[in-house]
Amino acid sequence: MISLNINNQKVKVEEGATILEAAEKAGIKIPTLCYLKEINKVGACRMCVVEVEGAKTLQAACVTPAAEGMVVKTNTPFVRKARKKILELILSDHPFECLTCVRNGNCELQTLAENLGIREVGYQGEKTESYIDTSTPSIVRDPNKCILCRRCVSVCNEIQNVGILFPNERGFNTFIGPAYGALLADEPCSLCGQCVLACPTGALHEHEDIDRVWKAIEDPNKHVVVQTAPAIRVTLGEALGLPPGSIVVGQMVAALRRLGFDKVFDTDFAADLTIMEEGHEFLDRLKNGGKLPLITSCSPGWIKFCEHHYPEFLENLSTCKSPQQMFGALAKTYYAHKNRIDPKNMFVVSIMPCTAKKFECQRPEMVDSEYLDVDVSLTTRELAKMIKQAGINFDTLESEEYDAPLGISTGAGAIFGATGGVMEAALRTVYEVVTGEELKSLDFIDVRGLKGVKEAQVELPGITVKVAVAHGLSNAREVLEAVKRGEADYHFIEIMACPGGCIGGGGQPIPTNTEIRERRIKAIYEVDKGMKLRKSHENPAIKRLYQEFLGAPLQEKSHHLLHTCYAPRGKYTKS
Amino acid sequence: MSVKTSSFDKLNPEQLLKVRQIIKKHQGEDGALIPILRDIQEELGYLPRDAQVEVAQKLNIPLSEVYSVITFYALFSLKPKGKYHINVCKGTACYVRGAEGILEKLKDVLGIGPGDTTDDGLFSIDVIRCLGACGLGPVITINDETYARLKPDNIPGIIARYTDVGTKDYEERPVQEKVNV
Repeated sequence: MISLNINNQKVKVEEGATILEAAEKAGIKIPTLCYLKEINKVGACRMCVVEVEGAKTLQAACVTPAAEGMVVKTNTPFVRKARKKILELILSDHPFECLTCVRNGNCELQTLAENLGIREVGYQGEKTESYIDTSTPSIVRDPNKCILCRRCVSVCNEIQNVGILFPNERGFNTFIGPAYGALLADEPCSLCGQCVLACPTGALHEHEDIDRVWKAIEDPNKHVVVQTAPAIRVTLGEALGLPPGSIVVGQMVAALRRLGFDKVFDTDFAADLTIMEEGHEFLDRLKNGGKLPLITSCSPGWIKFCEHHYPEFLENLSTCKSPQQMFGALAKTYYAHKNRIDPKNMFVVSIMPCTAKKFECQRPEMVDSEYLDVDVSLTTRELAKMIKQAGINFDTLESEEYDAPLGISTGAGAIFGATGGVMEAALRTVYEVVTGEELKSLDFIDVRGLKGVKEAQVELPGITVKVAVAHGLSNAREVLEAVKRGEADYHFIEIMACPGGCIGGGGQPIPTNTEIRERRIKAIYEVDKGMKLRKSHENPAIKRLYQEFLGAPLQEKSHHLLHTCYAPRGKYTKS
Repeated sequence: MSVKTSSFDKLNPEQLLKVRQIIKKHQGEDGALIPILRDIQEELGYLPRDAQVEVAQKLNIPLSEVYSVITFYALFSLKPKGKYHINVCKGTACYVRGAEGILEKLKDVLGIGPGDTTDDGLFSIDVIRCLGACGLGPVITINDETYARLKPDNIPGIIARYTDVGTKDYEERPVQEKVNV
C-alpha cells in the first residue's frame, strides 16, 4: 500500500493506483472528460489536472500514478483557473447547440461547463466544419461535436475489436472516424452502438425515429402495436430518473398504452418462440450431423460483425431470425389474420436496447409477412424521450399487464436480456424435450455473470453437450479463433455483441458501466424468478400458436416466417 | 476531412508483388507497421489504398489503424507527388512578406491544398520552412525552378507556363485541348 496526502487528507491505495483513483477513495471528486473507467485512460483532455508538490507543472490525475508521500492539491485557485481555461479552449471548437442537441441534459461537456462555472468562452478561433454521417439507420456521427477524447476509439478497438474508429490526421485537422473519413454505411461496422454509450457529447448518437412513431400513432387508419425487448423492463426506469436495476414492467406497459399504442406486446413472447425453433434446430443438427457449433443469431450487431469479419462461420449461425423479427413476421400474419386486421394498415414498433436493431429491421429480406415485418425500432433512450414528450408521470403510474396473446411469456424469454440468458433458456427447453424429465434446478449458474467467456456442460442421453457464452465482440473473436484453431469443441455458442448482453446494449441509458450492468443483470434474473412459467415450451400462447398456425418447429410455415439466411459483406468495404 | 479515393489507389500486379515482398520482410518484427509503410512509400512514392489494405490484411489489423498512422506522420503521403511539385516557403522571412497570400492563391488556382495532388497528377503542393533565399521572399519552387519576390497576382501566369503553350506537357496533350487554349 502507498499512502499519500490529498487536500490535507491521508489516503492509502494499492500500488499502481492513479491520483484520480486515490482521490475517489478519499471522496474527493476531480472533474474528468476523456477518462472512462475501465475503458479510456489517456490523459488527453487535461481536465483532471492537479497540483503535485515538487512537480514543475500540473499533472493529469487520471494517468499519474500515486506515490508514497505525495502531496496533492485538487482545489487551488491555480488548478481551478487552469481547468476553466482548458474547458474554454475545448468549447471554443464546439457548436453551441445544446438546446437542440440529442444529449441535452445528459452531456458530460455541458455538465462540466456548469460545474466549473463557465459563463463565457474567452477564445474565438476556427471551428471544425464537417459533414454529419447519417448513412446508417442506426448511428449518427457528428464530428462537429467531437472533443477528440478517444473514448469511442478505445471501445471500438479494445472492447469490441471492430476497428472502425481511429484518430486521423493531426493538430486542428484531427478527426475521429473510419479511414478516408468514409461513411459508416460503407464500413465493416457492427453498428453495436457501444461508441454511443462511451461518447461524452452528442458526437455519436442513435438515429432518432421518434417522429415516425408519433405519426403512425396519430394516423387513425393505422393499427399500431409495440413490442418491448426483454432488457427494457430493467433499464427504462434509469432513463426516467430511477436507480439502475429498477424493474418497471407494469409501469412501462401502462406508459405505452398512454402513448397511444393499440396493443402492447412483449418480445419475450418471441424469445420463447426463438427457443422453440432454435432448440429444435440444435437437436436436429446434433442428430443429423448438421454444422456445429451452432451459434445464436439474436444479436444483430453480432450478425453483422460475423458477416463482415467471420464469413467462414455463417453456416454455423442459427437460421432463426431474432425475436424482434419473429415478432414482426407473426404480428402481420398470425395476429393480423386472427383479428381481421389488414396487415397493410398495421404498424409494428419495437423498443430495443440496441442501435443495430434499427439496421436489422431494414434488412431487405425482413419482409416475410409481405410487408416490412417491423416498421420502426426505437432505443430505450428514445422511448424515455417519448414518455417525457407525452408528459406522462412515470413514477405514479399503476402497473398494467401486457396484451394477449403476443404479450404472454415466460422467465426464459426474460433472461434473453442478459449475457448467457439465451443459452440458459435453450438448455431449459432442450433438456426437457430430449429427456422428457423435469429439470431439478432451472438455474444454469455457470453461464451467468460478466466473465468474458463462460463455459458449461450439460448431460443429455448419450452425449455431453459443451456450450460457451461470449459477450462483447472481442470475446466473440476469442471464442471463434479458438474454434478455428481446433482447440474448442463446443456444440452450441451464444454470442451477444454488447458487453453484458442486451442490458448493456448500445441503445441503453447513458451511462452504462460495469456496476450498472451488474445491477441490471440482477434485476433480469429477479424478473425470471418472479414468473409463474420459466420454460419456453410451457408458454401456453406458444403452444397455441403452433396448434393454430405454425404446426411444429422447423416446419414449412416456421421456415418461411421465422428463419432467414446470411451473406458475407466483406472486411474492407467500399470506402 | 474526407479524402476521396481515386486512380491513385490502385496497384498494378508488379507493384502488388513488391508490396508483398516488403511486408514479408518485416512481418513478425515488433512495430512492423511503420517500417513497412516507409519501405512501401520509398518503393511507390506514396501509399495507395490497395497497399494499405494489403498491409492491414497481412498484419491482421484494421485498415483504419493503418490509415490513422499514415495521416499522423507528415512523412507519409496518400497521393503521388505531381509531375510539377511546388514547394511554398513559409519560413519567417517569406511569411512576413506574404507567403500566406501566395499559398492561398495557389490553392485557389489549383484547387488543392498542401500535401495534395491535382486529380490529373500534374501539380502537388507542400509547405516548407526556409529555402535560404530570405532576401527574395516570398519564394516558391516548382521542380528545379525558383520564383522569387512573388505577389499573388503572379501565380496564374506561372501555373499557365506549365499547362499552356510552350511546355513539353502541352506538346503531349491531345489536339482538342490545345484548340481550346
